[in-house]
Amino acid sequence: MASQNLQSVPAELSPEEQERERAGQAYFDRIIAEDSRIEPRDWMPEAYRRTLLRQVSQHAHSEIIGMQPEANWITRAPSLKRKAILMAKVQDEAGHGLYLYSAAETLGQSRDKMMQDLIDGKARYSSIFNYPAVTWADMGAIGWLVDGAAICNQVPLCRASYGPYGRAMVRICKEESFHQRQGFEILLELSNGTPAQKQMAQDAVNRWYAPALMMFGPPDDDSPNSKQSMAWNIKRFSNDELRSRFVGMMVEQVKVLGLTLPDEDVRFNEETKKWEHGPLDWNEFKDVLAGKGPCNSQRMERRRQAHEDGAWVREAAAAYAAKQAQKEHAA
Amino acid sequence: MTSEHTTDFAIEGHGDISVGVSGAGASGDGSASATRITPGNALRPEDIALEVRRGTAKPAEDVAEYALRLGDDALILAQRLGHWISRAPELEEDIALGNIALDELGHARSFLSYAGGAWDKSEDELAYFRREPEFRSAHLFEQPNGDFAVTIARQFIVSYYQFELYKRLSGSADATIAAIAAKALKEVDYHRDHSAQWVLRLAGGTEESRRRIIQGFRLLWPYVDELFEDDELTARLADAGTGVQPSSLREDFDRLTGEVLAEADLAGEYADGGLGLDRIPQSLGGGRRGKHSEHLGYVLAEMQVLAREHPGASW
Repeated sequence: MASQNLQSVPAELSPEEQERERAGQAYFDRIIAEDSRIEPRDWMPEAYRRTLLRQVSQHAHSEIIGMQPEANWITRAPSLKRKAILMAKVQDEAGHGLYLYSAAETLGQSRDKMMQDLIDGKARYSSIFNYPAVTWADMGAIGWLVDGAAICNQVPLCRASYGPYGRAMVRICKEESFHQRQGFEILLELSNGTPAQKQMAQDAVNRWYAPALMMFGPPDDDSPNSKQSMAWNIKRFSNDELRSRFVGMMVEQVKVLGLTLPDEDVRFNEETKKWEHGPLDWNEFKDVLAGKGPCNSQRMERRRQAHEDGAWVREAAAAYAAKQAQKEHAA
Repeated sequence: MTSEHTTDFAIEGHGDISVGVSGAGASGDGSASATRITPGNALRPEDIALEVRRGTAKPAEDVAEYALRLGDDALILAQRLGHWISRAPELEEDIALGNIALDELGHARSFLSYAGGAWDKSEDELAYFRREPEFRSAHLFEQPNGDFAVTIARQFIVSYYQFELYKRLSGSADATIAAIAAKALKEVDYHRDHSAQWVLRLAGGTEESRRRIIQGFRLLWPYVDELFEDDELTARLADAGTGVQPSSLREDFDRLTGEVLAEADLAGEYADGGLGLDRIPQSLGGGRRGKHSEHLGYVLAEMQVLAREHPGASW
């Protein structure tokens, strides 16, 4: 098993410690082999902990940064019902961020540190949120395509070998399904609306389609970390496998919408029994990842500003709590 | 671990991305009643709109005018609070302020749906296609968010006012007003708790937070009297038992807010480190007569822009 190769017992440990390490590794390997769950107090290889911490915190950051493009339309939502749904959706995302930060904290890092890493540009978040949400139809396309792709990625994570992560994902996926449907419903309403509304919907689908496909990550032959994650039962399906399934679902749903996917090469390959799509611009993907997207600096600046503007509030809450504790202690 | 090995993501019970088109966007459930709340079947704006359309709930002109005031207050506040989502001091507050905004928006939708019954207008026609002087919000609700302390000061005043108001209106002779108020009351009770806790934290936290919450209250207290102003409409509604005279809420409002402010050590004179509330001059108000602050125009411009770009469109 790959995990054993990565984890050799350090020589400077005492014999007892070495024995504990060996026993821990054996337990870990058995859990993984049984496809069961690792819990926070269990022994785990450092590389497994690091990988998970990176993945879960990136996921949390994506939820938090992902609030911004949609929050951009809360105040302008064109009906009160849509406004309420959108508010609830963005609020859900804050909730997802919270569960995920909590899950990541069980791996030994504080939320404050993760937040600081995000603000300092040391941590990543999903690149898709560096594209702008310029029309109301983007609320539909983000829900339908971006949340749809996220669900395809995330449902298998409900069975991730790390317990807290898997359990957080169960709840997140339930809410994401609702988000995806509301996105679909927005597009459906627009598509059946005035010509201007329908055009707005098609334009949004055109802009979000390729970035959504790229959310599954680089092609399998260019995805160095995937193999190890699959060996550890964190990841269950390859990037290309998930992308292909997603395309297959979108092909059907776009017909119901009365819109088209901006991809003439979509087809079902009878030989491989897989859906195929046209070429994706991976250079653009890498550029956006490297900070060259239309909104990278804007997203980071908003997060930094909210965090810094809120510093005095967090300090006040901490100071008040300390004073109350002191009072109780004295009483 | 048994069946999990064979589980495929497409058939797991959660995270379904099939789109049940027929189930989406329910706009009113035929079995629901606008005036009855049963557990698990909460009163929804859609239910009120449905009853209005069917003619089973129709407000008298006075009641509709009154519902417009209550709805506009809640709508403008929701619009203000919604701006905090993704900008709050911590994630918990993104969620809390978002929740409060959603509650207020729900109240607004209910009141406006009901009010519209008098003039054959939908909640959206009232929200998106009225001009500034046609709005009936009080100035307090229109005030900008400011920093977190200003928002908390506004929330504190609003939630204690709305609690007293809805408490009385849940006994209104108008069954729809009573039902909306009864539902809102439970939610506003949480808003009181949220704002009171923050007033205590900010007043008793750091020097900076205390300075800011004092500044927040001094900025917003001038708009308190307007909330409790009686006029001919409220007098007629109070006589009919459908509404209340705002002035009748003042004593309880003063007492209950006074208790929290005293605990926060804010009740004293300004010179002694308190708010000196008695000496803060009160603004003339006028929101109920369509005379608004300078702020409302911007709030409406942003809120209405897209809907007005596509008149008659459905979303």
